[in-house]
Amino acid sequence: MTTLAVADKTLDQKADHLRPQVEVKNPPISKQVLDGAQALVKGLERQGVEYIWGLSGGAAIPIFDALVTTGTKIKLVLVRHEQGATHIADGYARITGRPGVVLVTSGPGATNTVTGIMTAHMDSVPMVVLTGQTITAMLGKDAFQEADVFGITMPVVKHSYLVKRTNDIPRVIKEAFYIASTGRPGPVLIDIPKDVSSGPCTSDLDPPMDLPGYNPFIPVDKDRVKGIAEALLKSKRPVLLVGHGVLISRAWDQLRRLAETLQAPVTTTLLGKGAFPETHPLSLGMLGMHGTAYANKAMLECDLVMSIGSRFDDRIIGQAPKFCRDAVRIHIDIDAAEINKMIKVHHWCVGDAKEVLEELIKHVRKLDTDAWLNHLDGLKKKFPLKYKKYGGLKMQYILDELDKLTGGNAIVTTDVGQHQMWAAQFMKTVRPDGWLSSGGAGTMGYGFPAAIGAQFAKPHDMVWAVVGDGGFQMTMCELATACVHKLPVKVLVLNNHYLGMVRQWQELFFENRESGVDLEGNPDFAKLAECYPGAKGFTLKRGADIRKILKRAMDYNDGPCVINAEVEKADNVYPMIPAGRAIEDMILEPPKHKLEKPTGST
Amino acid sequence: MTTQVVNPHIAQSTGLHTISVYVANKPGVLARIAQVFARRGYNIESLVVSPAMDGNFSRMTIGLSGSPEGMEQIIKQTSKLIDVLRCTDHTDDNAVVKELALVKVRVGAEQRAEVLQIGEHFGCKTVDLTETSLILQCTGNSEKIDALIGMLGKFRIIELVRTGKVLMARGDGLT
Repeated sequence: MTTLAVADKTLDQKADHLRPQVEVKNPPISKQVLDGAQALVKGLERQGVEYIWGLSGGAAIPIFDALVTTGTKIKLVLVRHEQGATHIADGYARITGRPGVVLVTSGPGATNTVTGIMTAHMDSVPMVVLTGQTITAMLGKDAFQEADVFGITMPVVKHSYLVKRTNDIPRVIKEAFYIASTGRPGPVLIDIPKDVSSGPCTSDLDPPMDLPGYNPFIPVDKDRVKGIAEALLKSKRPVLLVGHGVLISRAWDQLRRLAETLQAPVTTTLLGKGAFPETHPLSLGMLGMHGTAYANKAMLECDLVMSIGSRFDDRIIGQAPKFCRDAVRIHIDIDAAEINKMIKVHHWCVGDAKEVLEELIKHVRKLDTDAWLNHLDGLKKKFPLKYKKYGGLKMQYILDELDKLTGGNAIVTTDVGQHQMWAAQFMKTVRPDGWLSSGGAGTMGYGFPAAIGAQFAKPHDMVWAVVGDGGFQMTMCELATACVHKLPVKVLVLNNHYLGMVRQWQELFFENRESGVDLEGNPDFAKLAECYPGAKGFTLKRGADIRKILKRAMDYNDGPCVINAEVEKADNVYPMIPAGRAIEDMILEPPKHKLEKPTGST
Repeated sequence: MTTQVVNPHIAQSTGLHTISVYVANKPGVLARIAQVFARRGYNIESLVVSPAMDGNFSRMTIGLSGSPEGMEQIIKQTSKLIDVLRCTDHTDDNAVVKELALVKVRVGAEQRAEVLQIGEHFGCKTVDLTETSLILQCTGNSEKIDALIGMLGKFRIIELVRTGKVLMARGDGLT
């Protein structure tokens, strides 16, 4: 075989020598057999991919090369860290509903995506992550930059592939996008050895899929919906608990029609913000650990709770056995495995929220909820969200002002921590794509890259990244990405020089012993921004300057800007349901006596 | 065909459950399924995997113990995997359950007759015989094999290999 191959090569060389020498740059793709990487790019084009966020490396070079040789219109955006690429893709996907695409190399390039993949997995965000891999002959031999990323990511993907044959690439791409974006969406990883992406691809570019075990389209069980409607019609104190699923299935119109028809109040989870306008009289805002007091009190007093596209997360239910224990519990979810997982329910329907609600609306009418709504209005007046405007500069004050200035028109992304909870409380989300936050995973460093992704998706909309000084430092290297692409993302760094939420827990439950929360060594974030060409920095230190500085940031659109807001060092988020406690244990203000250590997770 | 299982049939015992899984024969499937169990702290007691009649698919029979609630989650989460076509708890079901065991017993000439007699009673085959040992092959339900091992207890069992259960639903039932 070896001899033959050498002989063929010699012949080819001779033939080349005899051919007239014409210099051809990037020969047209149609006249040559595609290699795997080119077939991959063609497959991405077929899926309507606009952007790829990535960072190159040896094992992925053929794919980066194919983005040039195919002359594709897909725009490659070079990021500064692979985690950033995944969060950017995540932000883009949450806004557009289409999978965000990430391309990185093998080994550390691939492992750097794990945090972003997990974030997307926990929040059901469609994503396709392409990772280069060492050549197939070296698999498992500890080759340079080899990591078993197929194995490493398995617990945090919806599905994954290790592509062993070049001819499988078109099918795998098609299946990956189908899996990522249908049913309950999620991230799909495709690991591609370098020889596979370099080899010739002779298979059909639009092959049939081979997914015998995957059927994401579940017809709505009309009898079950009727049962739910009957239960609803008996209720006098209902609450609709709305999660991310309503946004994913784009069912906000149906939700609004249902709520208004029933005259039922609506509370949303952290990720459900925007599914129902928070300025609506029926809105109770967010519930849960740091939700509004009136939303949580409504959960205690309701006679029926219907979850639509939420998974009864532990931050919502507190103690499962005590959650709405005397109420009729209903669950609508696209994922059958969520039914009865956290909370035992009386009625359920598996299916797409939009389809289920369309069917449900046919069977309902106005409920006798006047007394209930009056009572809730009373609770809203009695237990409003509040903060003091005097004293040190408060995060709540800035967020409240930002909310008034943007009037619900901006897209807001956040990191994780105190600033996130206050943003969730004080920023009233009106538009369905107005709120992007890492809920399930609680990923610090999510906010800024997600804002970049949102800005790519909606170049003409105003995008605010509300971040803490801790989280921002995890992904602030993407300032370069935002500058290169002149993205006018506005970064509001609520800088208390602390890992604030942990400090709050240490104060409340660990006798104020501060351990590993003081972020001494913070840079001047405004100055830092100014280092980047095209970026702008602002400093905010006084309550009197809030509006002025926010407005100046809103007027700056030549690139990203960073507001370094030097806020009060130590403040606590209330209301609060200590982790592992029941909703009735909610505390509304600083406790007068020592609290027990929380028994719940984190 | 659908993978959606909302109210899977779960045996209400907290003892040993036998679950059968029908999957696409693709790389990584076993790892994904094993992970569903491992993540919840379950220890798989027995696991048999082999190609199904259609070579594109495989069958797994998994034995493990746990609470009905935990089992419900495991079946739902396993059913959700992309490559899984069916996942069913067959405990207490109308099903044929079989296991194969090989038992190597240390026997000299004086004990051989008694060991062979026990083997015969349990319908075993003698698949190896030497001056000092013999190997019995036994098939049947797990209780029968347990009983055989109990009977052989007074002899010296050198090695014991059990396959773990394989299972098939009777009549029109789907495995």
